[in-house]
Amino acid sequence: MHNTDIRGYFKYPLLILSMIFIFVGLLRQEHLVVLKKAVNICLECIGVG
Amino acid sequence: MGKSEKKRTLIQILAAVVCNGYAAGFLQGKIYQGDQKFLCVPGLNCYSCPGALGACPIGALQAVLGDRRYKFTYYVFGVLLFFSVVLGRLVCGFLCPFGLVQDLLHKIPLPKWELPRKIDRPLRYLKYVILAVTVVLLPLTLTNAFGIAPPYFCEYLCPVGALEGGIPLVSQSESLRQMIGGLFYWKMFLLVLVVIASLVIYRPFCKYLCPLGAFYGLFQRVGFYQMEVDRAKCDGCGRCEKTCPMQVDVRKNINGAECIRCGRCKDVCHTSAISSGFRLGPGKAEPKGSMAKEKNIV
Repeated sequence: MHNTDIRGYFKYPLLILSMIFIFVGLLRQEHLVVLKKAVNICLECIGVG
Repeated sequence: MGKSEKKRTLIQILAAVVCNGYAAGFLQGKIYQGDQKFLCVPGLNCYSCPGALGACPIGALQAVLGDRRYKFTYYVFGVLLFFSVVLGRLVCGFLCPFGLVQDLLHKIPLPKWELPRKIDRPLRYLKYVILAVTVVLLPLTLTNAFGIAPPYFCEYLCPVGALEGGIPLVSQSESLRQMIGGLFYWKMFLLVLVVIASLVIYRPFCKYLCPLGAFYGLFQRVGFYQMEVDRAKCDGCGRCEKTCPMQVDVRKNINGAECIRCGRCKDVCHTSAISSGFRLGPGKAEPKGSMAKEKNIV
């Protein structure tokens, strides 16, 4: 009989934590910084900045 | 190419097309500007690619950390953690457009190399240094007079921006061509270096440089997607390890940070000892030491 790996139980708390983080980030309007960066050509990224 | 490898390539192509589905951008030399572009895609895909419909998670991370209003980003770390826990480096094997580029380059029939183990193993840690220094620490600490930091990784190290954004945009815009300087040539040099390396070494960027793969690898053991080696079925032939393009110690460390879940080990296993899939419950504990040793085969 195999032993169970207790690390396998960590995934649910981590999944919930990730969702809480996303929610908090949206409340702090961090996504608007991402949006502003993403909808303008990033000159540094393409190598002309 | 095996049946599952063909299937993987098809999924990679589909993922690359979905992430870069704004065809008009390529034709007109402009980028997509829709309101949902704050959503991060799972793979490394430059948001300045004319076709990009979403944001690059590594670019997004640097954008928020480099903004003077924030010293931490819950949003981007949350997204990264979500992809890490649900998919892990399955993203690298199946969903990353730059992974596809490197895979296709490696299919070109040329002599193939593997770096010697004593060089390869330490070099694998370089991507963690890149993640910590250029993606997190520098944007937090090295800011300009307005408290804003540039995306250091994207600017100086990322070949994806040069390939997906630089080439298509610069080739269609006279004003961008006039702005070309040393940085553009540096990025083109890096891109050419990665392309040449990819012809002979399997996924050199993923193995040694990619900060996104580094992050996803951190949570590979605790994620939903797991691979398992059935000790009862394994006869210790070692074909899995000889086949693994990422040089993973399959029998010792199949869920380690370096596995990109390509599934080649599973394909070559003649005893069908290797399985993979999304596990809702806890997995089986991995044995101490290699199975081959336990079976006195090596």
